[in-house]
Amino acid sequence: MMTNPVGRITQGQFSFLPDLNDAEISAQIQYGLDKGYSWSVEYTDDPHPRNTFWEMFGMPMFDLRDAAGILMEVNNCRKTFPRHYIRLVAFDATRSIESIAMNFIVNRPENEPGFGLLRQESDGRNMRYTVRSYAGDKPEGERY
Amino acid sequence: MSATEIHAEATDITANARKRYSAGVLKYRQMGYWQPEYEPKDTDVLCLFRISPQDGVDPVEAAAAVAGESSTATWTVVWTDRLTACDSYRAKAYKVEPVPGAPGQFFAWIAYDLILFEEGSIANLTASIIGNVFGFKPLKALRLEDIRIPVAYVKTFKGPPTGLIVERERLDKFGRPLLGATTKPKLGLSGRNYGRVIYEGLKGGLDFMKDDENINSQPFMHWRDRFLYVMDAVNKASAATGEVKGCYLNVTAATMEDMYERADFARELGSVVVMIDLVVGYTAIQSMSNWARRNDMVLHLHRAGHGTYTRQKTHGVSFRVIAKWMRLAGVDHIHAGTAVGKLEGDPLTVQGYYNVCRDSYTRTDLPRGIFFDQDWADLKKVMPVASGGIHAGQMHQLLDLFGDDVILQFGGGTIGHPAGIQAGAVANRVALETMVKARNEGRDIVNEGLDILQQAAKSCTPLKQALDVWKDVTFNYASTDTSDFAVTPDVA
Repeated sequence: MMTNPVGRITQGQFSFLPDLNDAEISAQIQYGLDKGYSWSVEYTDDPHPRNTFWEMFGMPMFDLRDAAGILMEVNNCRKTFPRHYIRLVAFDATRSIESIAMNFIVNRPENEPGFGLLRQESDGRNMRYTVRSYAGDKPEGERY
Repeated sequence: MSATEIHAEATDITANARKRYSAGVLKYRQMGYWQPEYEPKDTDVLCLFRISPQDGVDPVEAAAAVAGESSTATWTVVWTDRLTACDSYRAKAYKVEPVPGAPGQFFAWIAYDLILFEEGSIANLTASIIGNVFGFKPLKALRLEDIRIPVAYVKTFKGPPTGLIVERERLDKFGRPLLGATTKPKLGLSGRNYGRVIYEGLKGGLDFMKDDENINSQPFMHWRDRFLYVMDAVNKASAATGEVKGCYLNVTAATMEDMYERADFARELGSVVVMIDLVVGYTAIQSMSNWARRNDMVLHLHRAGHGTYTRQKTHGVSFRVIAKWMRLAGVDHIHAGTAVGKLEGDPLTVQGYYNVCRDSYTRTDLPRGIFFDQDWADLKKVMPVASGGIHAGQMHQLLDLFGDDVILQFGGGTIGHPAGIQAGAVANRVALETMVKARNEGRDIVNEGLDILQQAAKSCTPLKQALDVWKDVTFNYASTDTSDFAVTPDVA
């Protein structure tokens, strides 16, 4: 059990709020579509803060402009990976942005053991730090 | 003299080399510094000055004098001008207009040929255009209101080492403002106590903590001690939350060598960001920008000292100009005002500062104090920082004024929370996420903002406590630096 104020990994736009229901997720998807973003579903069982590349649940949905269709992909991913972290990611291809514009978690494992901090004493008082996932020692797919 | 007479006299002398270069003293407008027919080139640096001439000094002559004193002129005619292509080197005042509603003040537009400035050097640019001229006796006061930097000159600067887009990618934080807090009290905490504040704030939900501008290396806390404790706190909070966290370690010091030493140590300890103060000077800022680029580091700039020359409307340099220079010089964060907090700044003017930090192309926008179109030529964007006297109860106003690309820094508004620092951080993070979610859902956050916060506070005690404690805190004082142009309502 993580001891931060919400007891879970706090990545993404809405981790401090109660889990978004499907209607609330759809509203966020629609906001992104209205802005011209393209949505993508990604999943992982390695939510290390510096694990940038979660697995892609299919290609980014550049041509899907319908919130219900995108929510369907979220639910497909939830069915396939019920105990993984799943996030919705919106890309903005506007020149000089060309990056992620929105990003929030829509599925989590029931139990989130979180991370430990490994300290390696180094020269003098210097310390080298490693953030280690408690679930990460198990093989992929068996972590949560 | 009438405008026509002034023009005829100026042209007569400027166009006649014998009259122009006979020894003695001429009026500046007779020496070629007033050229009302001049068509500014795309490659010219353009400046808009607010001039307050001494009594009896003609505004055109005053504008020509500013052009002269900020480029080639001296007080008397020199024959050595004739050894040069002197017309290129003369700045040209090409327009003068009275400032609306401000008797005795005039706007003067001045164009500078690109050859005047060394490539990639803010020090050189500023030595000309805000050099000697600001002490010039025939003017009561002088203010540089805005500047247009031509693309040809923009491209000689490397700009922000990271930029706000890449910063978000490194931090893995998108679609919402970032949250920070300045460690308080500013002075007196030991390294160990200081690290405690960092840990509590970051674990509670903030993205960044921050050294204050005057935290360097004092008797109560040596810089190495601070860095060691702070980085322990940052890493511990990162593990506790699963998020990338940071603390702007202030490396401001007496010499460049000291700053490099401190910055190198911050990098060794794995910090994602270092900080400098504006008072280190433009050259040191550009050096630190190069260092940050070499070391994958976000560079935070605190604008300590700017109020001495940006705040008064008649004299100095507008902050929008400083913000433009700092984007060129290459910083990733810059404190740019809050509009609603404890420090100077009216909302539209402050939005103008934010726009020049974040735009790809800034359009002329007189109500926001923007006098020129500015093409940024794909220069990276600076993340503006709103810091000073803001709290969770203003979240809807802050999000409405500044959008997503801003760091909201609640120092007192986090650390002063009645239930402690973590609770303060929770209040801010919940208020922020709630407001972003509501805005995206199409709610009218300006008018419903307080209701939205109060609703969220029903299931979040720390937010409720924050709203109760700070509900009546506002800083409603008249701004000294406001737009000269009223907003004209749209006719729909």
